[in-house]
Amino acid sequence: MGTSVFYFVATLSVVFALMVVFAKNPIHSVLYLILTFFTFTVHYVLLNAQFLAVVNFIVYMGAIMVLFLFVLMLLNLNKDNEPNKSALLKIVGIIAGGCLVVTLIGSLKSVAIANPLVLKNPNLGLVENLGKELFGPFMLPFELSSLLLLSAMVGAVLLTKKEEKANG
Amino acid sequence: MGSLFENMQAVPLNHYIWFCAIIFTIGVVGVLVRRNAIVIFMSVELMLNAVNLLLAAFSVHHNDPSGQVFVFFIMALAAAEVAVGLSIIVMVYRNTQSIDINVLNRLKW
Repeated sequence: MGTSVFYFVATLSVVFALMVVFAKNPIHSVLYLILTFFTFTVHYVLLNAQFLAVVNFIVYMGAIMVLFLFVLMLLNLNKDNEPNKSALLKIVGIIAGGCLVVTLIGSLKSVAIANPLVLKNPNLGLVENLGKELFGPFMLPFELSSLLLLSAMVGAVLLTKKEEKANG
Repeated sequence: MGSLFENMQAVPLNHYIWFCAIIFTIGVVGVLVRRNAIVIFMSVELMLNAVNLLLAAFSVHHNDPSGQVFVFFIMALAAAEVAVGLSIIVMVYRNTQSIDINVLNRLKW
């Protein structure tokens, strides 16, 4: 089997990511994004980061994607397709992206960290290990993130609430 | 699970970097090319995910769990961001009957 699993899954995620961007129907985009996130979950499993794999599966594929799908279906956009950007802008965007990827890969080529990834501690990404880290040195950020989620929740409710007529 | 990881040991870190750079660039291209606000949002998610995977790979490389804790925080942040962002999109749709971001160009003035 060798390393072929990684390359196979990486190819799949690149293909699905391209489909997300270039699919005409936004619903198809969301479905391809779910597939992309699934391949990312496989990547986490391959890195032996099992906690992250489970969290990615639940949070991204479960919560966030359902939110996207709900909003897309709520807005009912199927009949009016999005007006296309002019071809020139599309080409310019793709060229800019190509330049970005060439620059990134070219600059990181000189770093040359080509040594293979070796997991020194096999239970690095397990729940036990990460929990100790999360409730030890990262205690304060962890609690603060709950505050962030709460404020986001309040903000989302406040934003989507229909404005009532001011009566007294 | 141990045997699964045995196979991974030969993947160089460089390939993770290249792969994540490609995914990140696809996200950037999506933001530049599309006009549907929700698809732009999904491209942003794609970029976030590329960075997450790279953080996890480097965490394994350095044998340091902090990187994976950071990924966890980024996921919490992404959830919050998506909730607020989608509600803003819903508001925009309610006010303009469209989620074409060109409608929003009046924000320029």
